[in-house]
Amino acid sequence: MKRISTESSPGRKKLSETEFKKRVFAYTAILPVILIFGFVRIVPIFQNFLYSFFQSTIGNPLQQFIGFTNFKDLFADDLFVLSLRNTTYFAVFVTLFSVAFAVLLAALLSTRSKASALYETIYFLPVITPMVPVAVVWKWIYDPTYGLLNYVLSWVGIEPIGWLVFPNTAMVAIIIMSVWKIVGYNMIIFLVGMRDIPESYIEAARIDGASTMQVFWRIIMPLLRPIMLFVLVISTINSYNVFTQVFIMTSGPQGAPGNAVRTIVFDIYENAFRYFRTGYAAAEAVVLFLIILALTLLQFGISGNKERREKRRLLRKGGLV
Amino acid sequence: MKNYSGKPLVILKHLSLLLGASIMVLPFIWMLSTSLKPPHEVLSWPPQLIPNTVTIQNYVTVFATAPFARFFVNSVLMASLSTVAILITSSVAGYVFAKFNFPLKSFLFILTLSTAMVPLEVYMIPLYMSMVKMGWVNKFIGLIAPYLIMSYGIFFMRQNIMASIPDELLDAARIDGASEWRIFLSVVFPMLGGPIGAISIFAFQQTWAAFIWPLIITSSRELWTMELGLGMFQYRFTVDLGPINAGSMLSIIPVLIMFLLMRKKIIQGITLTGMKG
Repeated sequence: MKRISTESSPGRKKLSETEFKKRVFAYTAILPVILIFGFVRIVPIFQNFLYSFFQSTIGNPLQQFIGFTNFKDLFADDLFVLSLRNTTYFAVFVTLFSVAFAVLLAALLSTRSKASALYETIYFLPVITPMVPVAVVWKWIYDPTYGLLNYVLSWVGIEPIGWLVFPNTAMVAIIIMSVWKIVGYNMIIFLVGMRDIPESYIEAARIDGASTMQVFWRIIMPLLRPIMLFVLVISTINSYNVFTQVFIMTSGPQGAPGNAVRTIVFDIYENAFRYFRTGYAAAEAVVLFLIILALTLLQFGISGNKERREKRRLLRKGGLV
Repeated sequence: MKNYSGKPLVILKHLSLLLGASIMVLPFIWMLSTSLKPPHEVLSWPPQLIPNTVTIQNYVTVFATAPFARFFVNSVLMASLSTVAILITSSVAGYVFAKFNFPLKSFLFILTLSTAMVPLEVYMIPLYMSMVKMGWVNKFIGLIAPYLIMSYGIFFMRQNIMASIPDELLDAARIDGASEWRIFLSVVFPMLGGPIGAISIFAFQQTWAAFIWPLIITSSRELWTMELGLGMFQYRFTVDLGPINAGSMLSIIPVLIMFLLMRKKIIQGITLTGMKG
């Protein structure tokens, strides 16, 4: 207030008083939010890096500084390497299949109609449904003796398969279920992009004698490039975080053999919260973070400024931002 | 974009869409059907999609043998309080970032936004240790703490406020002598109906579906949420398929109702955020 009282002109005094009040409001309003943010997100993110360089004991994550030892141990640890490989395998296949089906669905649904709105709703259902109940019912569908899937397959003469029992099929089973869960999400984003393509482009190509396939591959797909990159990266990142469905479907007597579908987050969870190897698990989390960071930067790197602007414009137009 | 498929493909198109839609819906129908079957029918062969006898016994059992009523209340409490908190923090911070200038503003904004891509799984270990320090392990406050803020909520609010609330309106209120908090509460907040709807649906859905955090932060059943209770009961305790599917139905019904009522907003909200807070 002292600052204000030294102002001589009454006009300026009034203005800066308003400005001062605005400043006070801005700080008092933003402070609690930033404090919560710092406490539950920003500080833990930095602490995690710190932990990863320390040997931990129960209750003391910072027992002794050991440099990169945790990381060296990680890559000599068969279970971690296996988790990394499994998760990568999972992420690649979930992303490829969910994107392929999503593009196909979006192409089929790009003309707006009552039917397309209904289909959009149906394909989006698994996206909004929580993972646990969905994993529970899929586990039941995969049941070797009474499961729905083996019954359907028996129509075409396929012998019952112990989907979650055998290492080879367990991963496939979880991938199928995860593709089912997210395909609707990717579809919606492609729909926004496709519906934005001006009809005149397609008509012009048709007049020039382009076939449906040519229109799709030569006109539509190139125009979808920025959106495609966005969807690929988001799906891969989300897939690298896979945990819940693995936890549900690998547990219990009907569950899959743990190591066949062991993923990074599962390994982090076990090391940190079952074996209390905090520093070691934190190092794993750093690896996960670096993978996600690399994927994010990849998206920013590959798509030029123009493409990024185009993507933003599309998302805005679709009412998404 | 017009329908670019040739006539002969139209039938194939509708068949594929129908087949795909059946695959999408079938697990839900199977869940519902199993939840309504008496025990001897659950394990029948061949599987019956429509139960011969419809019973609500499984729903009674799930409440009688496990504290599912408790789980349900916990989930409702956790999801609604988190939604309210996210609405408050997002609109306040979004408003400040949209309409005020102060040192460190860009830094703080970038800080809140850039952490959006970092999933909870990456920093849950230090977060858990902080909860230990605060004595918040196995407490409701510890359960809900990570779900009080949402990066994209702040971003979304900021975009909306910048686009829809003119500075002149705020200045007019200031000239009328309204205090800054009063302006926020009675001028700005009432104009945020649209984004509030989208964010609240998304926040509720996200917190309701939370699994790994409740799993590590709670140790007593009294605090388990619907998702955690289901996850635990399906292997740690012997609960038959009938009741566990009944529990699954109960866990998806609130989200399902919300979705069917507000389909458009939900699709927008969720697509916007990339499913991560």
